[in-house]
Amino acid sequence: MPISPKLGPEAAKANMADIAPAYTPQEAIIEANRCLFCFDAPCIQACPTGIDVPSFIKKIATGNLTGSARVILSANILGASCARVCPTEVLCEGACVVLDREGDPVKIGRLQRYTTDNALSNGLHVLKAAVTKSGKRVAVIGGGPAGLGCAAELAQLGHQVVVFEKQAQAGGLNTYGIAYYKMTPEVSLEEVGLVKSLGVEFRCGVEVGKDISAEQIEKEFDAIFLGLGLGPGVRLNVPGEDLPEVIEALDFIEQIHTRPLHEVPVGERVAVIGGGNTAIDAVTQAKRLGAREAVIVYRRSREEMPAYQFERRLAQTDGARFMFNVVPVEVISNGTGHVTGLKLARSAGGNGKLQTVPGSEFIEPFDMVITAIGEEKKAALLKRLFPTLKLHPKGMVLREEETGATNLPKVFAGGDCANGGREVVNAVAEGKKAARGIHAFLAGGKVAGLVQASRYGVKGAPVGSGFDGPIRVPELEKEYAEQTA
Amino acid sequence: MADLAINLGGIKSPNPFWVASGPPSNTAYQAHRALEAGWGGIVWKTIGDAIVNTSSRYSGLNVGTVRMAGFNNIELTSDRSPETNFREIAEVKQRWPERAIIASLMVDTRERWHEFVKRSEDAGADGIELNFGCPHGMCERGMGSAVGQQPAVTERIVGWVMEVATIPVIVKLTPNITDVTYAARAARKGGANAISLINTINSITQVDLDKLVPEPEVGGLSTHGGYCGPAVKPIALHMVQSCAADPEVGLPISGIGGIANWRDAAEFIALGATGLQVCTAIMHYGFRIVEDMIDGLSDYLDAKGFKSVSELVGRAVPTVKKWEALDLNYKRIARIDYDKCIGCNLCYIACEDGAHQCIDLVPPNGHGLGPGRVPGKPIPQVREADCVGCNLCALVCPVDHCITMVSIDRGLERMSWRDYQEKVARGEMRPIPAHS
Repeated sequence: MPISPKLGPEAAKANMADIAPAYTPQEAIIEANRCLFCFDAPCIQACPTGIDVPSFIKKIATGNLTGSARVILSANILGASCARVCPTEVLCEGACVVLDREGDPVKIGRLQRYTTDNALSNGLHVLKAAVTKSGKRVAVIGGGPAGLGCAAELAQLGHQVVVFEKQAQAGGLNTYGIAYYKMTPEVSLEEVGLVKSLGVEFRCGVEVGKDISAEQIEKEFDAIFLGLGLGPGVRLNVPGEDLPEVIEALDFIEQIHTRPLHEVPVGERVAVIGGGNTAIDAVTQAKRLGAREAVIVYRRSREEMPAYQFERRLAQTDGARFMFNVVPVEVISNGTGHVTGLKLARSAGGNGKLQTVPGSEFIEPFDMVITAIGEEKKAALLKRLFPTLKLHPKGMVLREEETGATNLPKVFAGGDCANGGREVVNAVAEGKKAARGIHAFLAGGKVAGLVQASRYGVKGAPVGSGFDGPIRVPELEKEYAEQTA
Repeated sequence: MADLAINLGGIKSPNPFWVASGPPSNTAYQAHRALEAGWGGIVWKTIGDAIVNTSSRYSGLNVGTVRMAGFNNIELTSDRSPETNFREIAEVKQRWPERAIIASLMVDTRERWHEFVKRSEDAGADGIELNFGCPHGMCERGMGSAVGQQPAVTERIVGWVMEVATIPVIVKLTPNITDVTYAARAARKGGANAISLINTINSITQVDLDKLVPEPEVGGLSTHGGYCGPAVKPIALHMVQSCAADPEVGLPISGIGGIANWRDAAEFIALGATGLQVCTAIMHYGFRIVEDMIDGLSDYLDAKGFKSVSELVGRAVPTVKKWEALDLNYKRIARIDYDKCIGCNLCYIACEDGAHQCIDLVPPNGHGLGPGRVPGKPIPQVREADCVGCNLCALVCPVDHCITMVSIDRGLERMSWRDYQEKVARGEMRPIPAHS
């Protein structure tokens, strides 16, 4: 049976409503007053973009919301979306000293949302494009978080920036790929508007390599930033994968962002294959759109799931089921031309190679299969656009961490296409670093290190600020190391 | 169970907690509610010729999310007639014979004082409090703090009262004076039986930054109000102790000023107060707060082995001396408990920017800090040789018992500044070199 939408407009909207609603002014002030205003605060160091967290929170407490927005947005142009989608539990809030004192950190993410919402909805212009222009032109390929982070920083440094975006709208995954209950596309588009307001030109619906050649861009621009992100989802490589009810998680989420919620088709019994955060986004949204049953099908054990703790908890409270240590062998259709189930096999073997247990196959009935087992690197496209660009064997662009510089003199890179796929906040930080690398390249100078205002006067040689040397809390680093191993 | 009963200059009360003269003690209705809640006594809102009040009367000082850490008011004495007030005092006293019912008075001439003292006695009041402290409105008419600020006038008016009074008389002192003991001595010379302090402090709590007019605003204008609430407790403690320590005062004290719980109460008692009066805390939370005051004070006295409130009265008074008597050879230093430290570095920056630069940020050396445990994040370390023991780091530390000030025995004899001056003069020691 083909799948169809399950809920009416009201129910779909209610189920997809904001998971962490905006603070009222009083709630924000009460929460802001919990912040201790640490000196050399660990939350700053845990933030890849190095937002001066105590400073923006103090300003909420004193009623200086314009200044608060200036602190956030000058460090992170996507402060509004990061406030919603950052895994704060393992970043700023995970490092918050109040967590250590009383078991409950300052809600930095929600406070950041309070400030940035206020700035966006009141059109506060806290950032300004440089008055003196350099006369240099920079092309940003890809209008996602990395590209936006890079473009905004370059504009503030006085350069003329053009963003090339293949989709109809810029924003990348922030516009098309975030769980709806965390952030609606409107927030992302408002942020794109903020970047535009700094004088950045957007050419949407333009695919580099098709609508304009890489050579043309190299000729027209003084520098290029690659923020292409990742490619299509990794295929299962099992029979039946091309049945109409088999869909990649990011395509499913894109449907949610581009259609009215009550017009998104979803199955009665939905299997989501994968154990990462995208799999959680898919299973929770399938459930919230009316799937009677939504099941995570993961090849390893519960403990080995790469999804964050709080994401797993969310899936549980949403009523999702979990199947561990099973691998899909075939998508079944019983000759109907539509998905009727999944043939699964038990898997065994821990840390090393995973093997299927012979004779353990069984069939579970499903009418929709969502795949969330990672995304392809854009190696082929990159090779085609820049044949001499050096890539990692796994397909990522090789670049200098601090400047984003690649082996090609005027080409810089950052975000998922260079890091293999991390958080939005990492992409923004890398875009911003690359912008400073580009700025130094265009001016023929060195990259100047930023100093966090909250650290002025530190004696000796303590660790760098979040921006110069992002330090994520160890658990996250461990997870990341495992995922990219 | 410790005995909570007190006798303040001849006024008996089952416990030391009285409702202070003010908005909560305005009517018999409120008095009944207060006494039902357990208050040991009540000082009636000041009786005089009925006044007219403004609309908009109070303002507060909020600190962070704490409301009314400080509070002020521009309300005058009772706006009800003396007849009504004295009639209600009589009613209340009749129903609550064991509690202390005090008439607070403020009038002008000798004849009027005589008349009001007699009317108080006729109503059955257990005592009289002379309001020589109100700092707003009434002082412009030559009463309240206008009296309390001039010891000679205080003494004369107390004298007028004592000519006719047959019940104990308490003089309520204003803190808006350079040295409160002069006013207290005047009360003593005039023959008063007790003093109460402090009345409210001249203040402006806040300016509305849109209108650019202070609060409380009355039709576009404001005026200086009387400041009270938790923020004034330190000032009150200082003045209570000063009076308690002054042999020329020698009167029992009813302590007032920011008392909101049993701990505050115990501190006032230890610094010389026999009884206590509370107003702002009642205005904030109602009469019910007395329950924990009674309970908490009683348990504290039991825990410390005091059999009665009177055993605690003034216990800490002799420990407050002039600065010149303090031991210059006493040394304390800050110690950080790294098991408790959460790594906020507030101690570091406070010492660095606000005090004496004796805390360093050093590599963590295995000390785990916080759940974030940002790798390599430096930890604060006290340079003990340079620590002057100022207490600032311990004060700013947001974790209980994380930074402790530890006394260090340096094997030196006590040496006060006075001793030091004498020793240097006698050539027994060289002057201590100035700090570099």
